Amino acid sequence: MRYAETGFRLEVDLTRGSIEKVPTDPSWTEMFLGGQGTAAKILWDRVGPEVQAFDPENLLIFTAGLLVGTPVPGANRTVVNTISPQTGLYAHSIFGAFFGPELKHAGYDQIVFRGKAPDLVYLWIHNDKVELRDATHLRGKGAQETARLIREELGVPEAQVAAIGLAGENRVYMATIEHSSASASRGVGAVMGDKRLKAIAVRGTQDLQLAKPEKIFQLSLDMFKAISENPFTGDIMAHEDDEEFHVDNFAWGNARKRIKGFWNKEREERWKKISESVRLRWTGCYNCPKDCHQAIKVPGHETYFQKCYSKLTYAMAAYKEIDFNYQILAKTQAYGLDGFSTPQVLAFAVELYEAGILTDEDLPGFPEDNGDRFFYLLEKIVRREGVGDALANGVYHAARQIGRGAEEYDHNTMKKFEQVPLKLKMINFPYFLMYATGEKMNITQIEGSYPQVPIADKKEREEFVKRWEAAPERFKKWYLEWEPRTHPPLEAAVHICDWNETMHYIDDAIGMCAFLSSFRGQFGGQPPYHIYNLPKFIAAAAGIELTPQELWNVARRNRNLIRAINVRRGLRRKDERPPEDHWQIRDPEKEQKVLSDYYTFKGWTQDGIPTIGTLEKLGLADVAEDLVRRGILSEDDREPVFQDISA
Amino acid sequence: MTEKRIIKTIKVDPDKCIGCRACELACSAFHAKPRYSSANPARSRIRVVFDELNDIYFPIRSVAYTPAECAGRHAYVLQGKEYPECAFCGNICPSRDYFYEPDSKLPLKCDMCESTPELEEPVCVAVCRVDALTYEVREEEVAAGEEGPDELEIGLEALADEYGLDKVLDAVARIAGKE
Repeated sequence: MRYAETGFRLEVDLTRGSIEKVPTDPSWTEMFLGGQGTAAKILWDRVGPEVQAFDPENLLIFTAGLLVGTPVPGANRTVVNTISPQTGLYAHSIFGAFFGPELKHAGYDQIVFRGKAPDLVYLWIHNDKVELRDATHLRGKGAQETARLIREELGVPEAQVAAIGLAGENRVYMATIEHSSASASRGVGAVMGDKRLKAIAVRGTQDLQLAKPEKIFQLSLDMFKAISENPFTGDIMAHEDDEEFHVDNFAWGNARKRIKGFWNKEREERWKKISESVRLRWTGCYNCPKDCHQAIKVPGHETYFQKCYSKLTYAMAAYKEIDFNYQILAKTQAYGLDGFSTPQVLAFAVELYEAGILTDEDLPGFPEDNGDRFFYLLEKIVRREGVGDALANGVYHAARQIGRGAEEYDHNTMKKFEQVPLKLKMINFPYFLMYATGEKMNITQIEGSYPQVPIADKKEREEFVKRWEAAPERFKKWYLEWEPRTHPPLEAAVHICDWNETMHYIDDAIGMCAFLSSFRGQFGGQPPYHIYNLPKFIAAAAGIELTPQELWNVARRNRNLIRAINVRRGLRRKDERPPEDHWQIRDPEKEQKVLSDYYTFKGWTQDGIPTIGTLEKLGLADVAEDLVRRGILSEDDREPVFQDISA
Repeated sequence: MTEKRIIKTIKVDPDKCIGCRACELACSAFHAKPRYSSANPARSRIRVVFDELNDIYFPIRSVAYTPAECAGRHAYVLQGKEYPECAFCGNICPSRDYFYEPDSKLPLKCDMCESTPELEEPVCVAVCRVDALTYEVREEEVAAGEEGPDELEIGLEALADEYGLDKVLDAVARIAGKE
């Protein structure tokens, strides 16, 4: 009996137009749990390193996490995985709202797309009825408009739709897949466009089996209440009108400068009024009491949703105010563009123009005003017109395609991907490791369990630690001893990186929202879900009994499998370098020392490759054999093996 | 002829709804047989009418069965926002997929979670943390005998609409004969 998951996935060959319903292997669930884990297994098995992002052999995989569709609050994430055109590596993004639960109720855990459609199509899943339908009439339509039009033509208002906009159709690397209040980014939208898949619509009315229905329901009701009463959960900052944290600490323009003192009461009042004037309401995701997204209506544009720090990213990149941000989001959400990387590409282009590298010849009629310039560039990029064709490939590739010294202005990418625009003073070793070794490209997908800064007062720190149920014991000692503006021991840095990423690997397998779990411990230390209470939810919903230690090891397995995918595609130690100017004061020697320590701790070679011993211990002997066969590992690379540490 | 009766109502404030659909989930689980054996919004007796682009989030519960779509489709403008009539309507009607058991297609009707022991409030209200749904009990004078049909009765009515009353009566008679 399969619980929490349906036991089926859809295999869609877009080239041939064929659709198969395939029963899945229950042993995979035990090994990888689901979500990102089973998707990684498929990518490892079926997408070799010779396959490029835009090859028909590349797969685009949508997976509803293991607990999605069960009564477990906040478990509503769909994970999207493929090979990224930008990094050439594993691409990963997650989105919430309603798609994943609907897919489960339709009877599927996962959809695997291969090939390319001859022209735009969309997939319509209505329980057992699944069909590819013509989408040429939707060409160029906005992502939100596409959802509306598909619902209308199907006559099914309850259908949940995930769609790309013009940016995805034109394979813009920053393109997103948009669904309701959520979106997936970091390469997946471009691959969806390359496959000429405009959208997926799903309607499901079937039951999902639960291992212990009454128990999971009671646990979930209690958790639902606990989440709603917990002030440290959800997107806390989204609700605040005080934006000092972002505007004073993050860098403006092309990740260039911090403007200390930008924030003041007068501006707060003004921005608050602007936000209130465009906000229709706050909204939530499926089965979660938190309301983390704003529904925004800007006159003359379709309603869109704003989430997370995208409230400010465009304004800060353009040195503008918040009204500009709401205006441009109305366009970028319809085009389907990522709110983290896109503003950086736009600011990069403006810098190139100011430096004389891009000229009026490249940008005929380029406006004076920075905001107008952003709108101008946006149109070029989403249509890949002129220099927009290079810019559509993100900062790293655009810099090299444009040449003429443009590479000098690419200072905030890592592994060819735009990083969050943070320019700080002093090297931070846990963060150095998270940036350097992260497989998920954006720091927000890696950080989150261990606090970013210590509480200054020792007594308050002690109180904090007493309430800190989420933390394994070793972190309590390090936190208690952590005085402001001091480095934790390097050993602590290794463990902090390990814990932070492990919780994300768990969330992305079970489909849990990071704002209730992996991302949420760093402020307040009270995430509703943590390594000690997640096993009981997994057991009651999915019937898989795991100790915290065993759950930690599933995350470790998934982490190593994904590392192996990237290693097979060429990722090595040399690539694990945060932007040079991320910190003003660096310590190259200690940075390399902590990186070596981390590799050893993880059971990897000094080049960042999981050893045979590590892979075998995780039940991934076939992965080890493949790496040996390819000459990436030698028969002697058996050690180090990761150490079992208590969860 | 009137009598005093306890009237239970669920008040809806659509401006407070965040669209989390926890009410749908809770309702479907509570009414599953055995109780809590499944959670499936498609079986819920309360549904959030969604129209994200027009900012409509309207929880409605199923109240009455009707075999035909209504003729009048009004649109209502409230505080500058246009709602379709269906956003308010709790009828189980063929114009939409709400409030039908997905397998049997029999109608589902809200019973205010009547059960023994009695709940403090219906489960949809209990899970609504933003007070878009609130529960109210009051005593009212109503015409005697004015009780609406229950789920069994509207189920039979739906079967009669589907197969014809004679066939349903024949089937019931045959079943009764066997018992």
